[in-house]
Amino acid sequence: MKRFTELIQQLEMSNKTNDKIAALVDYFSTADEQDKPFVIAMFTGKKPRRPVTTALIKEWAIELSAVPAWLFAESYHSVGDLSETIALVLPPATYTSDRKLHEWINELAALNGKDDAAKKEYILKAWDSLDTQERFIFNKLISGNFRIGVSNKMLVNAISKQSNTESNKIMHSIMGKWKPEEITYQELIAGAHVNTDNSWPYPFCLAYALENEPASLSEPAAWQAEWKWDGIRGQIVKRNGELFIWSRGEELVTDQFPELHFLQEDLPDGTVLDGEILSVKDGNVQAFSILQQRLNRKTINKSQLNDAPIGFFTYDLLEYQGRDLRGETMAERRRLLEEIMSGLRNKDVAILSPVITFSDWDELAEIRKGSRENNSEGIMLKKLDSLYHSGRKRGDWWKWKINPYTVDTVMIYAQKGSGRRANFFTDYTFAVRDGEQLITVAKAYSGLTDKEIKEVDSFVKKNAIEKFGPVRTVKPELVFEIAFEGIAESKRHKAGLALRFPRIARWRKDKKAAEINTLDDLRQLLASTL
Amino acid sequence: MALITFTNKGIYCKQGDFYIDPWRPVDLAVTTHGHADHVKWGNKAYLCHELTKPILNQRLGADLNIQTLPYNEELSINGVKVSLFPAGHVIGSSQIRLEYKGEICVISGDYKVEYDGISTEFEPVKCHTFVSESTFGLPIYKWLPQDIVFQQIRDWVSDNHDKLKTSVLVAYSLGKAQRLIKNLAGDVPIYVHNSIANLNEGFIRAGVDLPETIRITPELKKEELQKGIVIVPPALADGKWMKSLQSAATGVCSGWMQVRASRRWRSADAGFALSDHADWPGLLSAIKATEAEKVFVTHGFVSTFSKYLNEIGIASEEVVTRYGNEEEEEKEILTKEA
Repeated sequence: MKRFTELIQQLEMSNKTNDKIAALVDYFSTADEQDKPFVIAMFTGKKPRRPVTTALIKEWAIELSAVPAWLFAESYHSVGDLSETIALVLPPATYTSDRKLHEWINELAALNGKDDAAKKEYILKAWDSLDTQERFIFNKLISGNFRIGVSNKMLVNAISKQSNTESNKIMHSIMGKWKPEEITYQELIAGAHVNTDNSWPYPFCLAYALENEPASLSEPAAWQAEWKWDGIRGQIVKRNGELFIWSRGEELVTDQFPELHFLQEDLPDGTVLDGEILSVKDGNVQAFSILQQRLNRKTINKSQLNDAPIGFFTYDLLEYQGRDLRGETMAERRRLLEEIMSGLRNKDVAILSPVITFSDWDELAEIRKGSRENNSEGIMLKKLDSLYHSGRKRGDWWKWKINPYTVDTVMIYAQKGSGRRANFFTDYTFAVRDGEQLITVAKAYSGLTDKEIKEVDSFVKKNAIEKFGPVRTVKPELVFEIAFEGIAESKRHKAGLALRFPRIARWRKDKKAAEINTLDDLRQLLASTL
Repeated sequence: MALITFTNKGIYCKQGDFYIDPWRPVDLAVTTHGHADHVKWGNKAYLCHELTKPILNQRLGADLNIQTLPYNEELSINGVKVSLFPAGHVIGSSQIRLEYKGEICVISGDYKVEYDGISTEFEPVKCHTFVSESTFGLPIYKWLPQDIVFQQIRDWVSDNHDKLKTSVLVAYSLGKAQRLIKNLAGDVPIYVHNSIANLNEGFIRAGVDLPETIRITPELKKEELQKGIVIVPPALADGKWMKSLQSAATGVCSGWMQVRASRRWRSADAGFALSDHADWPGLLSAIKATEAEKVFVTHGFVSTFSKYLNEIGIASEEVVTRYGNEEEEEKEILTKEA
């Protein structure tokens, strides 16, 4: 546990990727063998079943530290992280423990099924044996939410460096089903489990955003253009008679989309498709707001199937007749993809994403303007001779998105941030005008520079009207242009609509609160997208 | 009648007709300590501890009308007995004790209860009314004993040394810098920024026992710095000069570093929770020791801390002041000095 705590501190102490990788390499070279698979599982978001609820943990921490609940809540708001708040408010430990990381994890797992009294006794004893840093880690082990700024890619690079193994293999190996208690670090590196599992997806190839005009790229003839769909990136794997649907979040989502299950019959064994899960009606792509009704649901009823039917637009082939195609060119993969897709009986649900024909960049730019008409977000550019990379690689795949929607709003509430912005007012709520009233339409906390945040922070401190716990109502004076990706009806919001991915585009110091947009403006926009 | 009132110029004692730490010009400013949010230029006269005088002369001007007082000595101003007691915050920092017709009020300015090795140790003073800061008035702020923190800093410095990195500690020029110098001196040379060197000279002239440091000048070779410890004020932490240092590792020394989010916000390589303000247990123990009937809470987690005091049976009230912007105000000073 001490060694792992040290690793976390090292990872937090530097902003530099190289330092972090060095810390990880050092960790994997020196740490306890049995701890390593658990650390990989944690960093890749594999969560064990939570043994104790957050409510109980909080209750015991409040009781043990003898602070009133409201003061604990204030502390939590200032810290921005529950595990850390608990670690800090508890009284100092009275003894020390030398248990290893995997021992703690296994003991926590063994708490499942025990009664609350036994759980409490265990947790309180653990807290009393750990220093502040270790307690923080321990609390994270309970919650399973270990976000520490280590991306999968960074972790894979470190393991690859430490074990002298190709990073693609490591990525493939750690990306699917394995249990840290059943596998050794060596087996994980060797990928011993990979071949035995039919479900294995490939790491997705990701695109960079194209900031300039495509004229900066090479000849148009070297590129394939497609629509950039606004859905859920997905991979459909068919091997040995079994069908698996993976989402970009490395989640198996097969059961969520019964419309696609016919592919189990229709696709030949040894086929892996890359594409986008979308809401599709009569072969047409629907707005993201419709797809949303189908996401993250454990059960799906008939009316949902009816109202938000699912389809899959495929644009790449990663495995053909059991052969890994990632080393082939885009052009060759496309050719084989078209062959596979032509063999399907039903072509209205699993659809070959069309290639856009164009002769020069100006023509494509003109076509791109119509992106919203087919509910796409713009255009994807893929080099015809490019291979299928793991993750992001600059130069071969570009997303050329259309500009987001924007609306001018006024800030009416502010709240202190969490995470690294815990002591500044950084989370704002924005409103548009509806007659004499201001109606909130978005909450956003990103898009300003640190300097601007300080400026807004000082405005909030001087112009706070009322205080509701951590929230301040402020004089409606600062105008912000909010950018967003989509708009949907919403019964939960007073405005009757909700913006998707709202963020601050600009602080409009040149505008007065009287000049902001109205709710009617947004209603009209909503009507035009449905 | 109350001994103090809170006005738009600062804390006012009507019976004595003087202000404590005013933020607008007045005739007589009784000064708790030399941080820029507690003492301003432009007052006709100042009364402060003898070790605060060199700071005021350094920062506000040599020709100020300053009267000094040692700790624990009484001076009568218009019938109000005024005396100073150590606040333990920085060198010369004082709690101001006022007594008039048996009524006692103590304005503590900024304070900490742990002895830091260089500022005279905090001394609790019994009173009827106590004015307390609340900079770290949340139960998440509990400092480790400073010996442990200094050991962490030494370990970090030696680790940097092994990696051929220059250790740069970020600390307020008044207070934290001298505390670091006093406690880290001995193993390796300590290089300090001008603003710190100037203050140090004033302290040494006034008889403070401060270890030797080296002033950073343009002529100083960057490679030389790598052998020692460099101390710079926060305003310089992301300046050009820092960027000119090859492979510097920055360590911010501040109570805020207790929280991971603040460490990331400052984007330092390391954060050391070393504060010149009282932590949560420190605030509570200091307040209880005064046995005050009424506690006014100023700058910090004002409403939270005041609410808590009322809940545990200590009558308390929130007060709005202009204190608590040390960092911003220190920046202004540095810009003026530059």
